[in-house]
Amino acid sequence: MLSSFLHAAVIAGTPLVFAILGEILTERAGKLNLGVEGMMLMGAVVGFKTALLTSHPLWALFGAALAGAAGALIFSFLTVTLRSNQVVTGLALTIFGTGFASFLGQGLAGHIVPASVKDFFHPVALPVLSRIPFLGEALFHHSIFVYAGYIIIIAAYVYLFKTRFGLNLRALGENTAAADAAGINIMKYKFAHILSGGALIGLGGAFLSLVYVPTWQENITTGRGWIAVALVIFCKWNPIRIFWGAFLFGGLDIIGFRLQGLNIHISQYFFDMLPYIVTVIILIMTSVKDSKEKSPPAELGRPYFREDK
Amino acid sequence: MRKIGFVLSLSLLLLALLAGCSGTDSVSKDMVAGFIYIGPPGDHGWTYAQDKGRLMVEKELGVRTIYKESVPEGPEVKDVIRNMIDQGAKIIFAGSFGYMDYVEEVSKEYPDIIFLHCSGYKMTENMGTYFGRMYQARYLSGLVAGLKTKTGKIGYVAAFEIPEVIRGINAFALGVRDVNPDAKVYVRWTHTWYDPGKETEAAKALLDEKCDVIAQHQDTAGPQQAAEARGAFSIGYNSDMYSIAPRAYMTAPIWNWGPYFIDQIKKAMDGTWTSGSYWGGLEDGIVDLAPLTPNAPAEAREIVEEMREKIISGEFHVFEGPLKDQSGKIRLEKGHVMSDEMMLSIDWFVSNVVGRIETGK
Repeated sequence: MLSSFLHAAVIAGTPLVFAILGEILTERAGKLNLGVEGMMLMGAVVGFKTALLTSHPLWALFGAALAGAAGALIFSFLTVTLRSNQVVTGLALTIFGTGFASFLGQGLAGHIVPASVKDFFHPVALPVLSRIPFLGEALFHHSIFVYAGYIIIIAAYVYLFKTRFGLNLRALGENTAAADAAGINIMKYKFAHILSGGALIGLGGAFLSLVYVPTWQENITTGRGWIAVALVIFCKWNPIRIFWGAFLFGGLDIIGFRLQGLNIHISQYFFDMLPYIVTVIILIMTSVKDSKEKSPPAELGRPYFREDK
Repeated sequence: MRKIGFVLSLSLLLLALLAGCSGTDSVSKDMVAGFIYIGPPGDHGWTYAQDKGRLMVEKELGVRTIYKESVPEGPEVKDVIRNMIDQGAKIIFAGSFGYMDYVEEVSKEYPDIIFLHCSGYKMTENMGTYFGRMYQARYLSGLVAGLKTKTGKIGYVAAFEIPEVIRGINAFALGVRDVNPDAKVYVRWTHTWYDPGKETEAAKALLDEKCDVIAQHQDTAGPQQAAEARGAFSIGYNSDMYSIAPRAYMTAPIWNWGPYFIDQIKKAMDGTWTSGSYWGGLEDGIVDLAPLTPNAPAEAREIVEEMREKIISGEFHVFEGPLKDQSGKIRLEKGHVMSDEMMLSIDWFVSNVVGRIETGK
């Protein structure tokens, strides 16, 4: 019972894994992108449409990543090159992405993912690991997409904290002028990370339409992009904490359905609000225990003008 | 310039007044029907079914239609209606419960326009209400589920604790009971009409509890996919969902709005339309059971057909006493048929439903 709950929590958390990670990269580059919801939808619809057209899972993933990156390109062009207001641009991107997805998704309702794609994402039990008692089944009997999430979290952590590129990116997020003076190519870094962040967010959307649901339905994300933006704070801009953030919230999202069956008389309405209550509690806790590593990148949300003081 | 603008707008206003005075004659010449949807037609559910009705109107009557999708249940709907009237709409179908008060308000401003509001209870001279007796089709789908289940546990993913949903669950459970007295219907509330992910999760939780048939009162096909992925069976809702879950889907209680829309628009064109409350059932075809697929048990076909005929002829009533609630208390005496009033305010489950209704009382 508990094992099947954890298993479901991991799946429910996987779209968040990609979305949070994408947003962490973006915010580390000093940009607050509120367009996550829209970019996820773009990834979801393009991934699904590519799957239908090509019947090939890798093309579908590529398409989704490209769609997310395209959304991020709009965002980064406006906010990095033209230095427009990031909040407004992000919100506009969400509205655009939602409309784009509805437009492209016309006539896609009622179709299902081709068998070849479905088989590719079929749950696989990892040898040895899946036989760990209790946790094995919950963590290591999943679609390849979920494993990709595990790997990419660790890879992003190593990249951010153990490599020179990661150091440069963090420096840029803390003090762009100093990073610029140190000879880091600001533009290149910003574009590269916002775009790859966008690609990850697009993949998060594609997980919904290709694996989770897996059909196309309009507004398939139903607010998960916004949760991801909030969870970046929960994860304190550190990829490794996504293991907690995404899967905890995946679990909170579905725990009510499990408990309804156990005859525990706690109102379902309580579980409906649980993720949001927990978010508030976490925000309070993080702001009370103020320390350097837990605060956002100092440049977050600020446009950068070279030689402007 | 300003003068010309004034003259123009004055003459336009006069034209509009003239058009308004000429009454039904002008209506038949250029009929425009407006449709207001709560969701996107791409939901493959509630709105999709309504949009199919709209397309039928276009095809069969050649009437121009306009629609606006994803209109929230708030004051915005008034602007949508006014905008549609500006575009020439003479009859407007408002497809969700929450539009009721706003439609009523606007209907008083435009006495020459016909308003039809879905699933509400308020009416005016030029505002009627319409809905279908979906519980009849749900009863039939319960027969199919009851015959299919091997574990005796049937899952039901449900949106909200409102009479419409509770009535549907009860009718479904009675269908189950009539062919399989030991089977139980397990209800899971999602508190959303439209969230593919959540609905899938609710269905998965039921499947983990050994339910082998999943039914739904939700507007997406999430639960169908969950059943398909686990090799279980499913009953859809709103429209035929065979293509979405070809190995799981057995049938679905469906809406067929087209004939009703056409009837109302025709009456509006003839000038014979009158306000009223319409609650049609299987006999009108506004609700029905989608064709059984090969996933459905073979013996179901005959039973469904027989009960369908009996409901249409009035020989059989879905809610007929004696009916007990979950605590075993008699809620409807033997020999009594449940009144429409009782059906519209029902807030208890019949005895073979496992689940809780939080009424907030």
